[in-house]
Amino acid sequence: MSITQLLFWFLTALALGSALMVIFSKNPVHSILWLITTFFAISGHYILLNAQFLAIVNIIVYAGAIMVLFLFVVMLMNLNASATPLKKKWLRFAGVISGGCLLLVLTAALKDTDIMRQELMMKTGDIGLIHNLGTVLFKEYVLPFEISSVLFLSAMVGAVVIGKKE
Amino acid sequence: MTIQHYIFLSVALFSIGIIGVLTRRNLIIIFMCVELMLNSVNLLLVAFSKMHHLAATAADAASKAGTDGQLFVFFIMVVAAAEVSVGLAIIVMMYRNTHSVDVNFLNRLKH
Repeated sequence: MSITQLLFWFLTALALGSALMVIFSKNPVHSILWLITTFFAISGHYILLNAQFLAIVNIIVYAGAIMVLFLFVVMLMNLNASATPLKKKWLRFAGVISGGCLLLVLTAALKDTDIMRQELMMKTGDIGLIHNLGTVLFKEYVLPFEISSVLFLSAMVGAVVIGKKE
Repeated sequence: MTIQHYIFLSVALFSIGIIGVLTRRNLIIIFMCVELMLNSVNLLLVAFSKMHHLAATAADAASKAGTDGQLFVFFIMVVAAAEVSVGLAIIVMMYRNTHSVDVNFLNRLKH
């Protein structure tokens, strides 16, 4: 087993295990910390695929900004002390069963398709580097890029208007 | 590594997110599970972009095919960041009104 495969399986186990801990831990703060671990594992997968720009952006934007915002809101509401309410037992069971059914159906539907054996370019290839991505972003995708700034502005105005005390 | 490893990993992460949305009552955790699902799709987009790139470089060594997939991930992250800021503002406003983040209190539209 090569080092790439070893890293792939390690990161996969880390991502799936910490994703399960996100939904099964009782304390919301622990859930957030496990979700940060999941995001780091996904960033590791990006590095393994040589998508270095996305790996860094994933760490900065998700693990750095968004999860800190979540943690901030949880601590602001002082939810970490109180035990979080749980759904009824049969309702939780039904949720797990239906999620498992989705997993089963998607796996069974995709298992025998032709594309599944196709190889990926691991560790090499320069499409994920910032030089290539920046060139394409500011040449072909400059209009969506500018529109996303309008989206951010409206999100900022919306957050202020919603959060304001009337 | 073949594409099937990444497809099954993403499907598993997405299903874990679905299970979290269906089983938890805390609004913040439901929101986090939505983020988890967005991230599983991002991972799959990057994997498909590298698969497409390998197939394209076999024909033309200087090909840049697959760049679009990674830029899509970038734009998904942009939209997710905007969504989180508005969503957390809504959660804070709801907590101010009901003093709880339990989704079972949010049934006023039903009556």
